[in-house]
Amino acid sequence: MDEIWNGFWQALELIVTLNPVVMEITIRSLSISLASVILASLIDIPLGGLIEFREFRGKRALLNLIQTLYSLPTVTVGLLVFLLLSRSGPLGGLNLLFSPAGMALGQTVLITPIMIGLTVSALRGVSPQIRDTARSLGASEWQLIATVIKEARHAVIAAVLLGFGRAISEVGVAMMVGGNIRGHTRVLTTAIALETSKGNLELSIALGIILLSISLLINLALSRFQG
Amino acid sequence: MNRKVIKILLLLLTAAFICSAAAAEEGRLKIATTTSLYDTKLLDLLEQRFEEENNVSVDTVSGGTGIAIQYGERGDVDLLLVHDKARELKFVEEGHGLERRCFAFNYFYLVGPEDDPAKVAGLNASSAFKAILDAGIADPEEVMFISRGDDSGTHAREKLIWKAAGLNYTEVSTSGPWYIEAGQGMGATLNMADEKQAYTLTDASTFMAYQRDIGLVPLVEGGDELLNVYVAMAINPATHPGVNCEMARKFIDFLASDEGQDIIASFGQEEYGRPLFFPARGNCELIGCPAEECAVPTTAACSA
Repeated sequence: MDEIWNGFWQALELIVTLNPVVMEITIRSLSISLASVILASLIDIPLGGLIEFREFRGKRALLNLIQTLYSLPTVTVGLLVFLLLSRSGPLGGLNLLFSPAGMALGQTVLITPIMIGLTVSALRGVSPQIRDTARSLGASEWQLIATVIKEARHAVIAAVLLGFGRAISEVGVAMMVGGNIRGHTRVLTTAIALETSKGNLELSIALGIILLSISLLINLALSRFQG
Repeated sequence: MNRKVIKILLLLLTAAFICSAAAAEEGRLKIATTTSLYDTKLLDLLEQRFEEENNVSVDTVSGGTGIAIQYGERGDVDLLLVHDKARELKFVEEGHGLERRCFAFNYFYLVGPEDDPAKVAGLNASSAFKAILDAGIADPEEVMFISRGDDSGTHAREKLIWKAAGLNYTEVSTSGPWYIEAGQGMGATLNMADEKQAYTLTDASTFMAYQRDIGLVPLVEGGDELLNVYVAMAINPATHPGVNCEMARKFIDFLASDEGQDIIASFGQEEYGRPLFFPARGNCELIGCPAEECAVPTTAACSA
């Protein structure tokens, strides 16, 4: 149990002294997961809107499928994206394997089901009167979706936060697609896995605490923003 | 208005991030390496020196020989640093590797608890394995063997030794609870063996790095059965267009150069009292590498 306590102190020390390696890894973790969550939001929120507002055959089945994919193992996504981006794979020419951009892409794929699914639930929670009013005022489909998303912004932001949480805390995609290259694709979670396998348990705990602190800060910032 | 600006900024940021990452690919050498070279930090040292001299950024992906060869076969890296002769020869034969180049060696150790319940100290490797098997089947509470079980170079060597002992590996690995497959890297496997007071096969360098923290001791060392040769192979650009073959060759030549060999020969001396690896220079015959696999500079050309 001493490890946890010592890890806590070590985390404090690493943060207070702005340890350059830890800072670098932390910033990389943040920027990759932010990039993925921005990319995913741009795709998934409008897509969720379309799914919610259009009636089509197989809609229920699609929603079931999306919800099933919530539990997609991160290593499986990592493996799929690895095979896509590998030089022998269909997107090999982009040269994105073992790069931060490739990791961001992988995490985008990973969090897409959960973000689409939660966007749909969020929009469903908006009172139908608002939709009807917008429609009766002559709103186009996209204007309608935008209006309803605005109404449901709290729930949509919650979806985005959950997506970010899943992205920054996952290790499967980061390891498979990024390769845990020091100074290039090493992020907090892969560093934790590496240090643990090397037996540096206290450093691992410290890095874990740093990851949690980031999530806390982001949550605080967003809850202020949400008012 | 304000929000629009933020949105555009975020978009630009994402785009810039992706572009910069793609553009940075040019001056890079991607190496897939076995864990022992990486975890001991020898590669860090070699990498730094090479980066300074060649204005290139070296990216190392560390894993077992199994996954490293997989990366090589897909053309995802430029250079392999591995230690499993059978798979290396096959890799070159199939046209994935340019050539096999020996650059360092050391020995595997059979390590175990100090009281040595299977009485293997002093035996050769294959008789020691046989003794562990017999004792393990007789008393699986007392005698256990932990295997890497991950298709790494060390795991491949373990299979070879079982074979040399006249045993069928599949039968050995399913013969009872005394045989444990860890499925993890060398360090994690050593920690597990320490917790369980079990025997395991380890490369000398990882063991020395862990020795202070664990209570296991080397019981069998030396001998051809435990010889561990590290090999560099550049990926063949004829099979995998787009790999950075020239830089890979440069790195191999650097490993084989006096400078590289000196770094290898002295690495760990200060911290462990003796070096973790021996240079291939001057030892080619001893470690069973034909002269051309030790030649400086590299003989094979990148252009086919």
